[in-house]
Amino acid sequence: MSSPLISARGLTKKFDEFVAVDAIDFDVAKGESFGLLGPNGAGKSTTMRIIGATSQRTSGDLTILGMDPEKFGPQIRAHLGVVPQQDNLDMQLSVSENLYIYGRYFGLSRKFLKAKIEELLEFAQLEEKRDAKVESLSGGMKRRLTIARGLVSEPEILMLDEPTTGLDPQARHILWDRLFRLKEQGVTLIITTHFMDEAEQLCDRLVVMDKGKIMAEGSPAQLIKDYSTKEVLEIRFGSERNSEMANQLRDMCERIEELPDRILLYHEDGEVLLEQIYSAGLHPKTSLVRRSSLEDVFLRLTGRTLVD
Amino acid sequence: MSIVDKRRGSLEIIDSKKIISRGSLYVAQARLTAMFKWVWMILAIAVANPVLYLLSIGVGVGAFIDKSAGPAGIDGVKYLTFLAPALLATAAIQGAIDESVFPTLEGFNWWKNFFGMNATAISGNQIATGVFLASLVRVVGTVVIYWFVMLAFGALESSKAWLAIPTAVMAGVAFGSITQAIAGRLKDENVFFVIFNRFVMMPLFLFSGTFYPLSSMPGYLQWIGWISPLWHSTELGRYLTYGHAMTQSMAITHTVFLFSLLVIGFFSSRRVFTKRLAK
Amino acid sequence: MIISAAVAIADARRGKLGERVYSGRSRAIFERGYIAFKSSTWMVIVSGFVEPVLYLFAFGYGLGKLIGNIESGGLSIPYAAYIAPALLATSAMNGAIYDSTMNIFFKLNHDRIYHGMLATSLGPLDVALGEIGLALMRGFLYGVGFMAVVAPLGLIPSLWGILAIPAAVLIAFGFASVGMALTTYMKSFQQLEIINIFLLPMFLFSGSFYPLSVFPEWLQFIIKALPLSQAIHLVRGLTLGQINTALLGHAFYFVVMIAIGLFFTTKRLNALFMK
Repeated sequence: MSSPLISARGLTKKFDEFVAVDAIDFDVAKGESFGLLGPNGAGKSTTMRIIGATSQRTSGDLTILGMDPEKFGPQIRAHLGVVPQQDNLDMQLSVSENLYIYGRYFGLSRKFLKAKIEELLEFAQLEEKRDAKVESLSGGMKRRLTIARGLVSEPEILMLDEPTTGLDPQARHILWDRLFRLKEQGVTLIITTHFMDEAEQLCDRLVVMDKGKIMAEGSPAQLIKDYSTKEVLEIRFGSERNSEMANQLRDMCERIEELPDRILLYHEDGEVLLEQIYSAGLHPKTSLVRRSSLEDVFLRLTGRTLVD
Repeated sequence: MSIVDKRRGSLEIIDSKKIISRGSLYVAQARLTAMFKWVWMILAIAVANPVLYLLSIGVGVGAFIDKSAGPAGIDGVKYLTFLAPALLATAAIQGAIDESVFPTLEGFNWWKNFFGMNATAISGNQIATGVFLASLVRVVGTVVIYWFVMLAFGALESSKAWLAIPTAVMAGVAFGSITQAIAGRLKDENVFFVIFNRFVMMPLFLFSGTFYPLSSMPGYLQWIGWISPLWHSTELGRYLTYGHAMTQSMAITHTVFLFSLLVIGFFSSRRVFTKRLAK
Repeated sequence: MIISAAVAIADARRGKLGERVYSGRSRAIFERGYIAFKSSTWMVIVSGFVEPVLYLFAFGYGLGKLIGNIESGGLSIPYAAYIAPALLATSAMNGAIYDSTMNIFFKLNHDRIYHGMLATSLGPLDVALGEIGLALMRGFLYGVGFMAVVAPLGLIPSLWGILAIPAAVLIAFGFASVGMALTTYMKSFQQLEIINIFLLPMFLFSGSFYPLSVFPEWLQFIIKALPLSQAIHLVRGLTLGQINTALLGHAFYFVVMIAIGLFFTTKRLNALFMK
């Protein structure tokens, strides 16, 4: 493999006393889809902004395409497509004007942009909305337009900060489909998310972040294998009895997590475990057997849930 | 658990009769609480505004006008004395607009908090009345401060001068309630405001006999004064502060004009609010 | 690696002066403003020009009747001709301040447009120059419009008066760059109000409506140091044809304002978006 596209060593960012990113190391290879998973405030967005050459690190080393973002900000940004957490589309302009003027910010020619806009409108499924004001678009459409806008300069790296937060399930699936296509075209994706299903769907490799630190690194499947069991049994006894019951169940499974509203029991086979519980004479109000997810990995690593 | 144990339920803790009788006062209280966060700013403006205008135009421009007019003066008095009642009414109107238009736009368009209020037992009529009452408080404060500044400048010559306070307040809240009703209907306020300020407020301010008698303007512009609450209030103010000549029937006309405007504005803003909330 | 057009364009700037804050493409920001302007309500733009004209009629002719002529530079001048240049200077100031405070504040804090701009290979100085360029364009249009009204009324007695238009642009540039710099430090709309609180007395006392000689000397000294007073003297000197070296001093005052404003704007945009 050639040298990595992005390489960070001891990357640190402090805001006054607060350490937002705490000496993290990671590499991203060309064509890879790399994820940063963690709860709000974990330092994901800050890391993204440092990679995006719009925020300066406090210490550590960082090279992007072999360049230091501190010295070559504009040159690096020319290689990046940025999709921020909050859409920052130009509300005074129409859909196609948004794409056009963003291209002009990169200095691209009118002729080039004319063809590019058609291509991007098709990609974002917004051909019929080309002359609509941005305000009138739905949340999913705005998101797709922001992504299309990030692609106007044909960037080597596309950075997506929480791409599907706030979207309904259907809009999310459309968006994931579009991102897959980009991946197939060889675009390197960097994605932050606090949705484990999104990370599982989109990322070849990810790091789990919490309080500015990297807690674990690997492919989604590998992380689940390393940090959780195959299945999880979720049961409820009612808000007053959960903790009392948890003590009785502790020895029946590999690991137990007690949440305010439910108990999670980690076991290779959830159905078998549930039968054991019934035969022990216990009768939970509700029960659910599911496969382990990155949520469980996160809970294991930090003792906290991802969405709080 | 404790929250659940202590729950008594809305049937027990809410007194709906009290809301029906006092709802608009609750709204006014909410508005005044918001206003009081900026109370120092509002007071500073209320004092600085008259001082600056009276000094710059009243004294500054006045020096040239008084010199050229000679002992006869303007309308028989110094220019400062002539100008002051007009500026008093202008300040009342400006204060009323600030406190009726912005809360209304905030409530319907920006923060949409009127819809939240309306989701409680408070009605559209009460919200409109509450906003009106809060703006009345602001206008009274502004006018009283202005009046004392005028006193300090020696611009009050008549024993009836204190009556200029209610006439200015009336002009302010009359205009304010009309703009409250208009603001309640606005969906896209940006364009409206620029146009309103420049094509309505600005001409009214400049051509309502504010800086010189209406009669010295060309006849084809004098109608602006007749439809302008500013002119009616200014005329009354001049009569009350220095004894500007006025027939009894004119005095009644001015008063009736302002009062009718107030009634129309007040009731139409209640109607507009109720309709907008029910939509 | 594929070298896209965007990359080639950015690489071409490598090693040039100020490459980290300036990419030489402020015209892209200007172009954005032009597109946005096209779709905005033209009435709003037109109305900006109405304001000084209304003041001119109300004060120049209305009050002028009561005041008569004013002495300026040893000449007796009709009141309307005396205040017309002051109104031009004031409207140049107001337009530039409005564009560079309210508009910019909104874009900085609510629209997040600059976040988008600065995520591309543009630099903060491009953004500052582009936005100020727009303010100047507007200042220029208002200047031309106002002159088109007042010149036929005979209120511009000197041919030098034509230079009042570029002077208005220079004045707008000065106020816009300082206004934008201040705006980048503001945290709320209420703080923006502070700018207005400063503007009102400046407007009332800068000699728009009468000569500064009515004030005591110490006060005249302070007023003359204020930017609006400088602007009024510059424009009035030109429209009345009272040409002397002091006019160069007034013009230089605005050159300094521009430099200071641009320096702090760029510095702040860097700190806000690149930290």
